[in-house]
Amino acid sequence: MSEKVLMKGNEAIAEAAIMAGCRHYFGYPITPQTEIAAYMSKRMPKIGGVFLQAESEIAAVNMVIGAAAAGKRAMTSSSSPGISLKSEGLSYMAGCDLPALIVNVQRGGPGLGGIQPSQSDYYQATRGSGHGDYHLIVLAPDSVQEMADLTFKGFDLAEEYRMPCMMLADGTLGQMMEPVSLDMGDVKKHDKPWALTGTEMKRPHNIVNSLALEPQQLEQWNIERFKRYDVLKKEAMAETYRMEDAEYCIVAFGIAARISKNAVNALREKGIKAGLIRPITLYPFPEEVIREATGRCKAFLSVELSMGQMIDDVKLASDCRRPVHLCSRTGGMIPTPDEVVAAIMKIAEGGNN
Amino acid sequence: MSTKQILIAGFGGQGILFAGKFLAYEGLLEGKKVSWLPSYGPEMRGGTANCSIILSDDPVGSPIVNKPDVLIAMNLPSLDKYENEAVPGASIFVDSALIERKVTRKDVNVYYIPATKLASEKGFDTLANMIIVGHAIAKAGIIPYEGIAPALKKVVSAKHANLLDKNIAAIELGYQYEGESQCLK
Repeated sequence: MSEKVLMKGNEAIAEAAIMAGCRHYFGYPITPQTEIAAYMSKRMPKIGGVFLQAESEIAAVNMVIGAAAAGKRAMTSSSSPGISLKSEGLSYMAGCDLPALIVNVQRGGPGLGGIQPSQSDYYQATRGSGHGDYHLIVLAPDSVQEMADLTFKGFDLAEEYRMPCMMLADGTLGQMMEPVSLDMGDVKKHDKPWALTGTEMKRPHNIVNSLALEPQQLEQWNIERFKRYDVLKKEAMAETYRMEDAEYCIVAFGIAARISKNAVNALREKGIKAGLIRPITLYPFPEEVIREATGRCKAFLSVELSMGQMIDDVKLASDCRRPVHLCSRTGGMIPTPDEVVAAIMKIAEGGNN
Repeated sequence: MSTKQILIAGFGGQGILFAGKFLAYEGLLEGKKVSWLPSYGPEMRGGTANCSIILSDDPVGSPIVNKPDVLIAMNLPSLDKYENEAVPGASIFVDSALIERKVTRKDVNVYYIPATKLASEKGFDTLANMIIVGHAIAKAGIIPYEGIAPALKKVVSAKHANLLDKNIAAIELGYQYEGESQCLK
């Protein structure tokens, strides 16, 4: 094991991307993720990579499309308003079946919003963000270590399934420092026979394109893409915490899950059997884990830094067979463990309302 | 088994985040689970900056310190904002050169140290942060004394190695300081 170092979440993402073989970073600064670009600007020139601060978010995401089409591991990063701008590019990337990593270190919205942490881009990330029938792989780390690990894994998943992968973090995770081990293992090599690498007059040329004017063909492409999404379901990941005998199940991801863990421990001390399911992949959503808990729990509580978005997926996965409550703050505010405890107490006292 | 929840707060530019990073690195070197969370954004540039540090034997849950065991206040707005958040029995360290009022709570330990004044008198300009942290190490045992030098070596970059001795001296000054305090029995 390599020695642990203290790193900011944003820096861990950047270093893990480099270790994953990414040599093409295109970005545009925005708080609270600018450390990613700053880190890349220092490191990339030293290792023969490209750091490019584009003229806009839209330019940056289109540069990622170019590098990805050439078969290179490429990435961009931004925060909420910037991701909205990149969403056209994400739709094109999905339409072209291109792998890449897109990092969203979320801040409060809508509009320009604020710069404090938020999880209110859940819908945007898990429903595809741009136009058309498509999904992104969405990963939700809850620690600096996981930001590194999931960055490394994100490039693999993107290439294996030929689709863009989004790391959905937030300002707290991006800015905090924790010990991290950068023991990432070997980089997997994926064949990319579709990449635009030059034919050398030895093969017919490849085309990377999302335009299909024949509806029959476009339908076929979409159906085939969704068959891949079906296979992707097996990659769903979740952590369960004190769920063995839990009567009240908190569902939370990212920073909200960290807060909820404190709440679970505090509730257990009061003799209330609470547990936590922490989705690590938001798409595919870990439906099976929720479904399994539905049979044993009295109620769910979705804890989020939004007006309540993931709560819909908890309701869907549980088929609404149990009440699903919400405990949330928004706009850059963060719920305290006490608020989560109070929400569970209220549910426990009120019975199955 | 123990967990220390530390909150350092003051003006941007007082070295709040650096002092926090020093403590977090000490925890890391000691093999503890640690987290360091800064406030970020406009408040870093003149407003109130704060830093949450957790040093624990157990995995760290929320990295946000809502209820500090140790509060280091380096300006009045910080004391006003966080005094009532500290847990009963907490230790509160007040830079009495910058904060004229006293802590009003009676269920906490309070230590007053004119860190900013000591810093300028002793030629440690900009190191009031380390002086008050040194005092907190002595009075609240937030990290072991032996951990000071190794952790500082990690956070003072090679470029500024000449500042290492000054930082150690500043911490030592705060560590040895005996001033006004108000402790629970």
